[in-house]
Amino acid sequence: MRRRDFFKTTLEAGIAAGAAISLGGHENLWASSPVGVKYDLVAIMGGDPDAMFDLGIQELGGMGSFVQKGQKVLVKPNIGWDVIPDLAANTNPLLVKRIIEHCFKAGAKEVYVFDHTCDNWVNTYRNSGIEKAARSAGAKVVPGNSENYYQAIEIPGGVKLKSTKVHEILLETDVFINVPVLKDHSSTRMTAALKNTMGIVWDRGYWHSNNLHQCIADYALFEKKPALNIIDCYNVMVKHGPQGVSKEDVVLMKSQIITTDWVAGDTAAAKMLGVDPQKIDYIPIAHKMGLGNMNLESLNIKRLKM
Amino acid sequence: MTSSLLRKFRIGFSAVILVFFILVFIDFRSLIPAKYINYLLYLQFVPSLIKYFDLKTFAAGGFIVILLLTLISGRTYCSFLCPMGIGQDLFSRIGGKIRKKFRRFGFKRPFTLIRYSLLIITLGVAMIWGIYLVTLLDPYSIFGRFITFFGKPVLLLLNNFFTGILGKFDLYFLSHTEIKGFSLLTYSVPVVFSLLVAVLSLIKGRLYCNMICPVGTLLGLVSKISLFRIKYNDLECTRCGRCSVACKSSCIDFLNHNIDVSRCVNCFNCISTCPDKALSYSFIGSKNIAHKTDESKRRFVAGSILLLLGIPQIAKGQDKKAPSPKKESTVKESRTFPVCPPGAGTMEDFNKYCTACSLCITACPNNVLKPAVKQYGIAGFLQPVMDYHKSFCTYNCTICTEVCPTSALKPLLLEAKKLTQIGKANFIKDNCIVKTEKTACGACSEACPTKAVYMIPYEGNLVIPETNHEICIGCGHCEYACPTTPYKAIFVDGNPVHQAAKKPENKNSDISTPVEFPF
Repeated sequence: MRRRDFFKTTLEAGIAAGAAISLGGHENLWASSPVGVKYDLVAIMGGDPDAMFDLGIQELGGMGSFVQKGQKVLVKPNIGWDVIPDLAANTNPLLVKRIIEHCFKAGAKEVYVFDHTCDNWVNTYRNSGIEKAARSAGAKVVPGNSENYYQAIEIPGGVKLKSTKVHEILLETDVFINVPVLKDHSSTRMTAALKNTMGIVWDRGYWHSNNLHQCIADYALFEKKPALNIIDCYNVMVKHGPQGVSKEDVVLMKSQIITTDWVAGDTAAAKMLGVDPQKIDYIPIAHKMGLGNMNLESLNIKRLKM
Repeated sequence: MTSSLLRKFRIGFSAVILVFFILVFIDFRSLIPAKYINYLLYLQFVPSLIKYFDLKTFAAGGFIVILLLTLISGRTYCSFLCPMGIGQDLFSRIGGKIRKKFRRFGFKRPFTLIRYSLLIITLGVAMIWGIYLVTLLDPYSIFGRFITFFGKPVLLLLNNFFTGILGKFDLYFLSHTEIKGFSLLTYSVPVVFSLLVAVLSLIKGRLYCNMICPVGTLLGLVSKISLFRIKYNDLECTRCGRCSVACKSSCIDFLNHNIDVSRCVNCFNCISTCPDKALSYSFIGSKNIAHKTDESKRRFVAGSILLLLGIPQIAKGQDKKAPSPKKESTVKESRTFPVCPPGAGTMEDFNKYCTACSLCITACPNNVLKPAVKQYGIAGFLQPVMDYHKSFCTYNCTICTEVCPTSALKPLLLEAKKLTQIGKANFIKDNCIVKTEKTACGACSEACPTKAVYMIPYEGNLVIPETNHEICIGCGHCEYACPTTPYKAIFVDGNPVHQAAKKPENKNSDISTPVEFPF
């Protein structure tokens, strides 16, 4: 793109956005669900992780609304910690497996799974149960333990985070499905959809030392946005997060949040955790930056019980 | 087995042993279970001897087996079980390919004085001061360092090269692994000794084993009364001298039909090479090994000992004096003690028993161990030390304690390891992002597996770390995760005596399973 074209495009987009905001409230601009999707957010309660997903995705028109035939899909769970699934520090493997199966059913050519783990990656992939679950569903499990896998990207408009290095598999795939687990978090109070992107980048330390909340929100500006956010709230670590110490930290909530709007998803998740979303700085920041909508009452939400 | 087959058997057997040893020392993915590594290392003479002295149990008695084996068969160990001996045979073969002359040995007089002096000095220094000379001279440890320092990086380069290629084809069973953690200085000893051993073996066969190696010398002494040895059949021998030329130990005086058993490593090349089948390996019965004493030699040995006794004193002088624990946080991390690996018990014991073979450095899946430069003082050069700027000790792992052959690291059960405090986390508030930048961070607390580092309310919406030494195990994940530079805002100070950490207490949350959506 030549510089002149860039300015022209930006200007046009700005005008369009400005017009849209002045005309009808900015929520409609960003919460742009794919055609045929009736709800901004679907919340399910009372079932197993895989069964809840079956039900929820159906309400959104099935995985076919998000994954086209022949596409490559990245399913990005939270595989941060070397602990067993029951301690809920990582996304539920059953859920990951079922999502992959849905992707293939929708005609995905290839499904990839990875995370930039906090603990030793080999052990974490194995002990989280996710490696096995993902492979059994036919996905490729990709390592994320070396800077070699990461490529530099720009984040135009980022306040603190203007560039970073993201895993190449994010750039090489057509569809990005974000599958965080809801957890308490020692410094940001909560981790779910937005914060799960810290596992996509190489240098998390930069975020920590340059206004963590702003960086989390800034990253959400990056063009490769999730087509779908599936927040695992089956077992929820309500304290000692994000790693947890023992099973006493975990509460069985048997819930799941599926949404195209990750700010809305995180807002709902915060309420599940019993935390005021306003107190989790990156949520209001992302909302103000127009990256999603934290006013749940203005969204079309489907609540399901099993 | 007839004598002529012995050489073939030796080559086959030793090749397998060598391959296993190389695999063990390059296994950076920890694919080989520790159990099998222990089987392999059980019979290594020096590690087993050290372990026995420490634990005083016959479960660590591999060296006794070797002594018995030597009593019966001579220095079989040197050709069949010692990885460095086998490696030297390989080098010698290569030497012969380069120049035929390198494989033509012939009888030479033994370096009696040098080798016995070295043996006595090594033993004496080890008993009185410490293990340094053993660390330098033990063939197993030299071999371990050779593979770890040179072989493993090459393997990693290959691994990373093929990872890149396979990645292009969407194959991910290999993964990129960083090559890091060896400072240039730590290469000095491996480079010198590898060159020494390589060159000696390339052109002089088993000269290292018969002049320098303390294990070779010791087993040589024992083999003087061994029951089986190589014997001439005087009637068949035509004194052609081929046996002597083929002898890597230069120990066959064919003219006098005299074989120096103290140097013979049972390679059986002489037997195979003899056109007249005049040599055989057979039972001979014990012999009297009374020695004539030589006063001048004794004086030399005594002098050498005195001279070398000075060296550890110099090393001692350079040892870090334990400074008093710091009273106030300074911006620079002020470590009073290095962190030695779990299973060490105390730093003193660890420094006493570790021969720096580097096996744990290879085995560590988190790559947190690196060879020490001066963390333990000069005496602990190359012994493994935790480097928390590079990585951290992973909570669910005890591999280093399982593979250690010398008991420098004693096996820990996982549950015990999780409560073994090898150091304590110290928070430097003045370095912390939360204070200096007034923004959220908490990377240290996130990383802490026991929540010994936890967050307490600070200004406004912010929370700031605080540490609880009672449940801290010193794994260093907080230090590794801390993003501040050049000094960390949290660092682990080593425990010179490892302590028991308290089990983190935990209560059920008052949050209950929801029945309605809260939104």
